Amino acid sequence: MKFGVVFFPGANAAECFYVIDQVIGHPVSSIQPDERELAGFDCVILPGGFSYGDYLRAGALAGATPVVEQIADFAEQGGLVLGIGNGFQILLNAGLLPGAMRKNESLRFRCHDVFLRVENSRTPFTNRYHQGEVIKYPIAHGEGNYYIDAEGLAQLEQNGQVVFRYCNKQGEVTPAANPDGSVGNIAGICNVKGNVLGLMPHPERCSEEILGNTHGVRLFLSVLDWWGIHTQEGVMTDE
Amino acid sequence: MFEAAVYVTLKKGILDPEGKAIMNSLRSLGYDQVEEVKSGKFFLLKLKAQDRTTAEEEVRQICEKLLVNMVMEDYTFELREVGR
Repeated sequence: MKFGVVFFPGANAAECFYVIDQVIGHPVSSIQPDERELAGFDCVILPGGFSYGDYLRAGALAGATPVVEQIADFAEQGGLVLGIGNGFQILLNAGLLPGAMRKNESLRFRCHDVFLRVENSRTPFTNRYHQGEVIKYPIAHGEGNYYIDAEGLAQLEQNGQVVFRYCNKQGEVTPAANPDGSVGNIAGICNVKGNVLGLMPHPERCSEEILGNTHGVRLFLSVLDWWGIHTQEGVMTDE
Repeated sequence: MFEAAVYVTLKKGILDPEGKAIMNSLRSLGYDQVEEVKSGKFFLLKLKAQDRTTAEEEVRQICEKLLVNMVMEDYTFELREVGR
């Protein structure tokens, strides 16, 4: 099982690369934006950051690169695709996930910890969490105000595609707990098959004890579990 | 050679916090008569095309593939023939 992290100019790919390589200790390679061959990869990660300076719209230019075109085929064939922050915006722009991102309702860049309720723990990315569990991840975005029309939202809900929702510490999904104005407090969604996940909060920034929070590492370990790989000894889990 | 002026705005009903913030600023400057402000984007494209119909079709594709997020934005464009 092999991970690949796409290195777009302006994105923070090294953070994801580091977590896979050093924290969970698993094989990972970098992938360039003009790559047209994804054979050999099992999970491709589109990292956070500001790909191509977020010119035009966040994630729009990265969404039009050869590698993202390949990722569409890759996902179609069942490959795992994870988009974090800017990566989520790229997946929306490329049409791999439904909906779009607007500027935060506050017009402010929001950079702080948020509580999330795990709404679907049956995906390849969330099986290490419990259904309904409340976890804490950091966010850092100015365009994370998720939009989808009423019909699209009903479909997401019906198919169990809402994976993470912003909530308070008690797990209540309230307007006050919504940092950006997202429809339905949505922080992360997957496609119908569940092999493509996009989320605005950053699991890779809360995957080590030294960072004061290890809730994020279970997302990466979930992928290994899903592949039937038993986590090696010494690999940190926060359980 | 054709020049296309492309205007991109948010679809009706989509929250436009920038437009709202600009309107509030205008109000505080004393422009009470301003009823609404819509923010958007403007692009000026120059393209080589055989004729007007081809140019129009190309601009439409460019808009829908990249310049515009069709989920929440609308676009219009004006096309005019220009010298080389």
